[in-house]
Amino acid sequence: MAERSFKKEAEKLRLGAGAEFHGEGILAVTKALLQSGVAYVAGYQGAPISHLMDVLTDSAEVLKDLGVHFEHSASEATAAATLAASVNYPLRGAVTFKSTVGTNVASDALANLASSGVQGGALIIVGEDYGEGSSIMQERSHAFAMKSQIWLMDPRPNLPSIVKAVETGFELSEASQTPVMLELRIRACHVHGRFIASDNVRPDFTLKQAMENPVRDTNRIVLPPASYLHEKEKIEKRWPAAVKFIQERGLNEFFAEDAADIGIILQGGMYNTVARALELLGLADAYGESRVPLYVLNVTYPLVDAELRRFCAGKRAVLMVEEGQPDFLEQALHAILRRADLQTKVHGKDVLPMAGEYTGDAVLRGLRRFLDQAAPLLLPAVLPSGAAEPGQPKAPAVAAAEAQVHPRPPSFCTGCPERPIFTAMKLVERELGPHHVSCDIGCHLFSILPPFNIGASTMGYGLGWAGAAALNAKDSAKRTISVMGDGGFWHNGLASGVGNAVFNQTDNVLVIVDNNYTAATGGQDLMSSKAENPLRKTQNSIENAVRGVGVNWIKSITHTYSVGQMRDVLKEALTTPVKGPKVVIAQSECMLNKQRRVKPMMRQAVKDGKRVVRERFGVDHDTCTGDHSCIRLSGCPSLSVKDNPDPLRKDPVATVLDSCVGCGLCGEVSHAAVLCPSFYRAEIISNPTWVDRLAAGLRRWVIGFFQNRIDRRLGVSA
Amino acid sequence: MDTSPPAPKAISIAILAMGGEGGGVLADWLIDMAERAGRHVQATSVPGVAQRTGATIYYVEIFPGGADAGRAPVLALMPMPGDVDIVIASELMEAGRAVQRGLVTPSRTTLIASTNRVYSMTERTAMADGRVDSEKLIEGARTAARTLLAADYAKIAEESGSVISAALFGALAASGRLPFPRSAFEDAIRRGGLGVEASLRAFSHAHEAASGITAGAAPGEPATTFPRLPAEQREAIERMPDVARETIVAGCARLLDYQDTAYTKLYLRRLATFDPSNEPLLAEVARCLALWMAYEDIARVADLKIRRSRFARVAEEVRLGEDQVLRIREFLHPRPQEIADALPAGISGWLLRSSLLRRLTAKGRIVETTSVSGFLLLYLAASLRKIRRRSLRYAVEQARIEAWLAEITAAAPKQPALAMAIAECQQLVKGYGDTHARGIANFETVMSALPRLKGTIDAAERLSKLRQAALADDSGGKLNTAMAELAP
Repeated sequence: MAERSFKKEAEKLRLGAGAEFHGEGILAVTKALLQSGVAYVAGYQGAPISHLMDVLTDSAEVLKDLGVHFEHSASEATAAATLAASVNYPLRGAVTFKSTVGTNVASDALANLASSGVQGGALIIVGEDYGEGSSIMQERSHAFAMKSQIWLMDPRPNLPSIVKAVETGFELSEASQTPVMLELRIRACHVHGRFIASDNVRPDFTLKQAMENPVRDTNRIVLPPASYLHEKEKIEKRWPAAVKFIQERGLNEFFAEDAADIGIILQGGMYNTVARALELLGLADAYGESRVPLYVLNVTYPLVDAELRRFCAGKRAVLMVEEGQPDFLEQALHAILRRADLQTKVHGKDVLPMAGEYTGDAVLRGLRRFLDQAAPLLLPAVLPSGAAEPGQPKAPAVAAAEAQVHPRPPSFCTGCPERPIFTAMKLVERELGPHHVSCDIGCHLFSILPPFNIGASTMGYGLGWAGAAALNAKDSAKRTISVMGDGGFWHNGLASGVGNAVFNQTDNVLVIVDNNYTAATGGQDLMSSKAENPLRKTQNSIENAVRGVGVNWIKSITHTYSVGQMRDVLKEALTTPVKGPKVVIAQSECMLNKQRRVKPMMRQAVKDGKRVVRERFGVDHDTCTGDHSCIRLSGCPSLSVKDNPDPLRKDPVATVLDSCVGCGLCGEVSHAAVLCPSFYRAEIISNPTWVDRLAAGLRRWVIGFFQNRIDRRLGVSA
Repeated sequence: MDTSPPAPKAISIAILAMGGEGGGVLADWLIDMAERAGRHVQATSVPGVAQRTGATIYYVEIFPGGADAGRAPVLALMPMPGDVDIVIASELMEAGRAVQRGLVTPSRTTLIASTNRVYSMTERTAMADGRVDSEKLIEGARTAARTLLAADYAKIAEESGSVISAALFGALAASGRLPFPRSAFEDAIRRGGLGVEASLRAFSHAHEAASGITAGAAPGEPATTFPRLPAEQREAIERMPDVARETIVAGCARLLDYQDTAYTKLYLRRLATFDPSNEPLLAEVARCLALWMAYEDIARVADLKIRRSRFARVAEEVRLGEDQVLRIREFLHPRPQEIADALPAGISGWLLRSSLLRRLTAKGRIVETTSVSGFLLLYLAASLRKIRRRSLRYAVEQARIEAWLAEITAAAPKQPALAMAIAECQQLVKGYGDTHARGIANFETVMSALPRLKGTIDAAERLSKLRQAALADDSGGKLNTAMAELAP
């Protein structure tokens, strides 16, 4: 089960017409899907759209009532291929994933889908993971829309607009027989807002009807000659149909169109930021009433030439606010105006940054520069402080404070079972020297950061072992190590990594990090999850799968915290004379999810008067010498430093914070690395039995006798 | 100044927190409170992968006007530098980050900053003290903000048995920057429904702290109790100069605790060879010498582990309740050398030659000090203190100490700064097992540069640089580079 429960949110999905929905943007999308009569939904989780998947998982009842089929797809490619149901049948379908990484994976299916064309509305909801908080390469989904001719919606980031985009997105798709991509940025996915709900709609054509009345149309299959027809159809029929629909339904919005002889053209998603920048410049009020004409592209592909010509005609200059690069929209605008022989000057990336997120700051500065050049009289006499150019000297105290700020990248959580795997790799490195390490996508990629500094490359989800494929020289004395999570393994790594290694007779090592969930995306279940899942078939063994594709050397470790064992297995894998691929499966439950599961249970048990043992670690400050080797081999957030209480020592001592979950790594590390005797494990027994009490009393009596002797020597009154 | 008529404007609030710190809970309370009051409110965040302990920002805007039908304000999704009314930082470095990002402006921003530190990876993994200067962070925050409400809200929350979000919410209520009465804040917590009583306690205490009602008491420095020493030693200490005396008292206390009065006598005799007029040097030597003489060996570790005061400390640290039972297990992994070190030379030589020790120490051991057998094992080990003077290690350490002192004494008259730098090199010698071996090796490497440095003008500075290089990484790379640069 996912790390967050959405049972409460699931109830909101039942809201009827007129009721006000309050909640997150991505949940509004989910509600809008049900209001649109969607027949099936599929997807692959990943920030920022994980919550869409999670809330649907927790909404099994609602979906059942409406007859909506919901799948956790094996990958984004699977999700995209699922939309094939809308090719032959009037079924509305939606899929969702993180973009551009998910779109990369999905693009084979998406290209086929877009070529075939659709009968039922097909909506691809992508969470655009771009800018602050992003965890992936910085690219645009826009390019995928253009290359496959999929319409791209980028609605204004408020809930009514987003909901409307979902609903009209299906209609646009059906009107133009083209799949539609709905792009939502991270902040829009997580924005809390409200909208007036409509009733949910049961799909009027069902999956059952489709299965019982199969349809076949060779013209909808991507194979010559149909594939050539598809391309013509795209240009001659589907494109004009889409443009017509967008115009007729007014999907793009004009504000204060004739208020001035300059204007701003913007992606819908940029609207709130632009409106705020205008407000700060005194050119709009808090309600968005602008004195500068705005043309808001809620559909950024295709562009509607006629609307652009209309907006630009009679304007001296326009600013294109287009986040990300390449500047597809700006280039297109130039071409459209050139063809129409309109002399409106186009600004865009000349005053705004070419690359990077369009933050409030960036837009405000860009807007100021644009107005400086195009309409200086509109600018207020006194600019808001944020609009000032950088470079003003800072107060010394402020500069001194800023120098104290360290970056704080994400890291393994307290008690994470993946940490000891890299601790063990560090210890192996001490003995055998460094190895080439090929990384994958998942929490385990934090190994590339301090304190581990392990890993040379990452090539994508499930591609950890594929990323080391070339480094397969038969005459090398050293082997490579690849890392792959259970998520990446089932996503594609079994074939692309393990199968490939078997087939190409590699001699290298793969470590599969199996933590029972796709932990990095929010703890969703997957093929090999240990938990019983009423909706899915879990508990499929990774080891069996690996053996099934032909790996013979497999070692499974079911307790990754045993650093010594982990180290020995890794060493063996790297040095054994046995030829062929070597796979180490390191299995322990994700601690974040485990704590969410176990903590309430423990609390309840204590309340019920049951005997409960809580473990946590500690450091004796008087034996700690402040070298912090233990932290360099762990980096656990609960293992920190504090002032040395010893008046003679200056260096801070290690300390274990109360957030410690007693995973045991500290003790294992001090044993395996022969560190120091400062660590202790405390076992705190709540509701002790009479045996516990009696034993404790006896021990206290014996030990007390000797402790009195020590106290006498030390001159402490006993 | 702005001359346009006052227009309704959103109140902007940025919350800087670390993943899992409850920034989301704080934002939820704010949303709930504002919506109950009929205000438009918008909140968003970029949690993503930063949920895994990274720095993250929540951003909330509350529109002060009522909810007009059909006329919704356009609220921003991210803080605009220069346009933020309230910044809440759950930790001091995060407050610094808010300043760094330009979110805090003197004309506008109320900064609510918790002064507790959650140390960054860089700070924690340093081989000595890598912590940044909290005072500078606070000063910068004070300069950058219109109003700074700084207090240790984490501590307040902890003392109330709650989480920091509740304390920060209390400080926010106290700031008076939101158009809601205190009761509205408290009602939002109640509606949240989780740990309500504790949250309200933390809220209330933080409200007082932020309102300046309760001044945090300065932590009292525990004074070293004067050790029970023979009269002539006490007199010797009395004769010591003022600046160094406190350290010498602490040094004597340590060595008496470590060994006996004969050992403190040796300590004082060693210190007596230094010129009392160079007080800073004397104080530093007193500090470093005490640490070195109280070198960590098996007897010392065992001695510290079995004390009553230590049991009490652990109980306090794990917050042992009255009706709970505590068991303490030690993670010990002595190396054969360390066991041999604690024994007289003859026995240890024999032991090291036999395979017994190696077999005994092949794996680390977990010893339960709260069990009778575990306690007695350590009690026995602690009693090795009595034969410490005859041990192999004792002879080695005393020789090292004498050599080190001789270098300081030799340098002191002509190059006092160098003498100080030599004294400070004791910092390199610490830890156990491999760590200790590495420390000693580094110490010897650094000291091997002394003959080349003596007589040069910047000898002290260069020696200090070598010491810092030795502490820069644990592979010895930086030190090797520094040594190579030193070579003529």
